Amino acid sequence: MTIHHHLNDDTLMAYVAGTVSESMSFVIATHLSLCATCRNKVKEMEKIGAVSLEDETPLAMQSGALDMVMGMLDNDFDEEITPPANDHAVSSIPMPLRQFLPDDLDQIQWKNMAPGIKTFPLPEIKAGNGAVRLLKISPGVTIPEHGHCGAELTLVLKGSFSDEVGRFKAGDVADLDEDTNHQPIADTSEDCICLIVTESPLKFKALMPRLMQYFVGM
Amino acid sequence: MQDQTCPAKPTIQHNSTELTALLVKVSQQRDKKAFAVLFEHFAPRVKSYVLKLGSDETMAEEIAQQTLLQVWRKAHLFNEEKAQASTWIFRIARNLRLDMIRKEKHFDYDDHDLNEVVDERDSQEKVINRNQHAQIVRTALRQLPADQIDIVRLSFYEGLSHGEISQKLGVPLGTVKSRMRLAFKRIKDSVGEVLI
Repeated sequence: MTIHHHLNDDTLMAYVAGTVSESMSFVIATHLSLCATCRNKVKEMEKIGAVSLEDETPLAMQSGALDMVMGMLDNDFDEEITPPANDHAVSSIPMPLRQFLPDDLDQIQWKNMAPGIKTFPLPEIKAGNGAVRLLKISPGVTIPEHGHCGAELTLVLKGSFSDEVGRFKAGDVADLDEDTNHQPIADTSEDCICLIVTESPLKFKALMPRLMQYFVGM
Repeated sequence: MQDQTCPAKPTIQHNSTELTALLVKVSQQRDKKAFAVLFEHFAPRVKSYVLKLGSDETMAEEIAQQTLLQVWRKAHLFNEEKAQASTWIFRIARNLRLDMIRKEKHFDYDDHDLNEVVDERDSQEKVINRNQHAQIVRTALRQLPADQIDIVRLSFYEGLSHGEISQKLGVPLGTVKSRMRLAFKRIKDSVGEVLI
């Protein structure tokens, strides 16, 4: 998988500092599991965190804190040590998204959202006023032109789409800020499946999509 | 009972290489003595870090203890090829703080996932002494222009989002983001100069 569209450095910095929302961190982490380039940057940024931790003036712990924690080391903690399932052979879906989906994208129970657009919401992920969901866009179908009040991340899992910025294939992520309007179209004969997170409801430019937004809760 | 806000009594200073070696002992041999040393070094720093990010004393103490407990429980996942002890523990402390205070998960990435691409920078990085590497980042941070230091500090030390930083400083969001990108570029370039 060759990735051409990456997360912006400012997005990665916010992720490492821990100032992005749960739903944003979910999509960022899923891209990172696929993208060595962004992961290498994140590892550099984590050194900023490490340095800030190292340079803290140590504050005395409560007396007995060490003994108390030492006393807990042999407690049973089987559940916590179980690493995430790493069964590459079974699933081609990256972590952490994999935890919330069937083994195969073909087994997802899609819901109709609009003509040519199906959705699979991920209600387990906290998304505030925004939303995090999978979309399946039929070939040639366009998501009406829209802007955002907050950021939007779109990670392609299968197929591809094009918008004003360029062409996005599997593994690519579109990292859009609030100033950007775009109109993605699924541009091959294959369905395009993407993972999308928005920080606030989308702002459609035309009336019909706004009505659609009202009826389908997009 | 000790005064909770007093600085910890000075203990033996350990450098990054030693701390990472201790974590490897915990990881591979479940070495409790090594863990106790890591606790004495990191717990008081995690407590200070969490307190600075706006928690109260009790919560900071609790998060510091829980962070070190997780270090023990997750030690088998630590890979010295991929991280130093302080980087790995920073991630645990950050995630735990968000979970316990903001009641939100911070999803971490999978370092061993599919599509692992062997990146040349990985092998170059192994050559460089990790202790020195942290020192380069520390120096680069100090040498950032004031406007870039400010936003890195507000983000990493005060936990403000880019939107909150923009409001606090009265500058457009786009400016906060571009300063953040420039700050990272400077740090990356400093590290890169040494790697070549």
